[in-house]
Amino acid sequence: MLNYTIRRLLFTIPTLLFISFIIFLLLDLAPNDPTGNLPMTITPDVREKIRESLGLGQPIHIRYFKWCVQFFVNEPLNIVEQYFDITIGQGDRLRVSSWSTRSPVGDLIAERMPQTLWVVGMSYVIGILIAVPIGVYSAYRQYSWFDQTGTFVSMVGFSVPTFFTGVLMIVIFSVYLGWFPSKYDTLHVVTDWESFVFQVRQSIMPVSVLALFNASTISRFMRASMLDNLNQDYVRTARAKGMTERIVVLVHVLRNSLIPVVTVIALGIPQVFGGAIITEQVFSINGLGALLIQGIQGADIPLVQTLTFIFAVLIVFFNLIADILYGILDPRIRYD
Amino acid sequence: MTDVTSDIRPARSQWADVWDQFKTHRGAVMGMGFFVFVCLLVAIGPYLWTLDPNFIDIRAKNQSPSMLHPLGTDQLGRDTFSQVLAGGRVSLLVGVVAMALSLLLGTFIGVLAGYFKRLDGALMRLTDLFLALPLLPLLLVMIMLFRDTLRAAFGPETGIFLLIVFAIGITSWMNTARIVRGDVLALKEQEFVLAAQSIGTPPYRMIMRHIIPNVMSPIMVSATLGIANAIITESALSFLGLGFPSDFPTWGRLLFDSTNFMTLNPERVIWPGLAISLTVLSVNYMGDGLRDALDPRIRGR
Repeated sequence: MLNYTIRRLLFTIPTLLFISFIIFLLLDLAPNDPTGNLPMTITPDVREKIRESLGLGQPIHIRYFKWCVQFFVNEPLNIVEQYFDITIGQGDRLRVSSWSTRSPVGDLIAERMPQTLWVVGMSYVIGILIAVPIGVYSAYRQYSWFDQTGTFVSMVGFSVPTFFTGVLMIVIFSVYLGWFPSKYDTLHVVTDWESFVFQVRQSIMPVSVLALFNASTISRFMRASMLDNLNQDYVRTARAKGMTERIVVLVHVLRNSLIPVVTVIALGIPQVFGGAIITEQVFSINGLGALLIQGIQGADIPLVQTLTFIFAVLIVFFNLIADILYGILDPRIRYD
Repeated sequence: MTDVTSDIRPARSQWADVWDQFKTHRGAVMGMGFFVFVCLLVAIGPYLWTLDPNFIDIRAKNQSPSMLHPLGTDQLGRDTFSQVLAGGRVSLLVGVVAMALSLLLGTFIGVLAGYFKRLDGALMRLTDLFLALPLLPLLLVMIMLFRDTLRAAFGPETGIFLLIVFAIGITSWMNTARIVRGDVLALKEQEFVLAAQSIGTPPYRMIMRHIIPNVMSPIMVSATLGIANAIITESALSFLGLGFPSDFPTWGRLLFDSTNFMTLNPERVIWPGLAISLTVLSVNYMGDGLRDALDPRIRGR
């Protein structure tokens, strides 16, 4: 198992380097001028100086190397320094800084992270909590009316894009009924019971939009995996031994069916971050997705590079987690 | 002559069996019916409902549904129904062309990786790397960066169309490639392949004559899922304001434009959203039915 984990870990290093290079190259080769948004009155030689001050004068491989050092060495060291309140080495390192705000990208991201994590995390947890029981019961009573409804609802939840469910919810619950606010106020601080209620009310719509989508994807997998296991021989053995139906389904079958579902859940986490870009736009949540859109519209290349790469790191990291989890849960697939 | 042969069932092709199985899946048949209906509607509709989608009638702005405008009008008095019809053309065209591109790429890479052992490792690592890319952020970045250049080269509409189709195609071929590779690996072990090899069939003809026709079923399932994925992705891009220009309606763009008038004219957001959702739902049902119909373990039961 250790061997397998190490081999898997080693493969992530070239993957991450390659992805960071692709992202860097894509943004760099693009026919796009960072001084394009500046006033027309700036003369060409001043423009050239601005470009140089942004670090664009050097050849591409040197800039890529510098960016790597900034991202993989300087930023982590800074996080450690800030967290433990210590100084390592000089303490004054070059950080990846945004072109439009001139502040370090790391700080911008740290500022936006909590909102995204709250909405995305909540919706994912709720989605799983809904999906697992539905999947289990649908499979146990296959072709019953519950299964038919569940399958239909999950098909709808999986097909209807989140930007439509979000907008539809705003129209129904904010415009017609006036129950929930249509915009998410990120400056809101929970201090007492009333402000907590407000926080819950404003989170209900974004969280339930994402939760519906996640629940429908996961419940399809859960149902399929339960169906695969319910006809296995060990289930018949358990029944023959005189186990109660409850123990057979909820202990024997459920535990085995969760193995593939756990990996699907782990693999889905980064995609949820990606999908949250759209939900954040619908409900005006200023999280990571809104930061990315803002960076894209302002042609803020360092910000976009770093954010896109962070999304890539999330994907690679959760792929790794999924593979290792699968290895732990199902010893048959370790190939060592 | 004796009629011994009369009680032997007539020879049936594989596709007739598939069609028979497909017909038993109620959702799939309904999905296909609806999809064909939507395709016909957006193809023929603009000739029957001749109001120009970009005709501005400012006195009739923000109207609710009426006889004159069955789905109401927008903030400039443009007819929503003809806009939805025109938008559907673009959205479906993007879906089909992007799907075709991604299938072509996926099948090409899958067949190469499965058939030629030397290319397998490299191509599959490439597929893994593409699967690890953050797709939505990258799509947004690609569109932002190349939009102006392509607009200048091909004109505003064709340029964006090519860019979006290319971007979606190049970021969605991976699953097809993996499935096709798996099937090709299994096919290569079959005896008819060995027989074809023994009479000296060159690799090109081998792939065209023997391999590709036998991996058609997973490709067809991928095709339906690909259309759904491409339509959703295009709408998401338009919804984030990074798709087609606003005088060029697509379903995502119409939804995006109407969210600004949600309190004034709330019905307006329903139509384009409903069009996207129902089309994707019908395509997904079709894919489900097709997968069951093409699965020989289920067929004929």
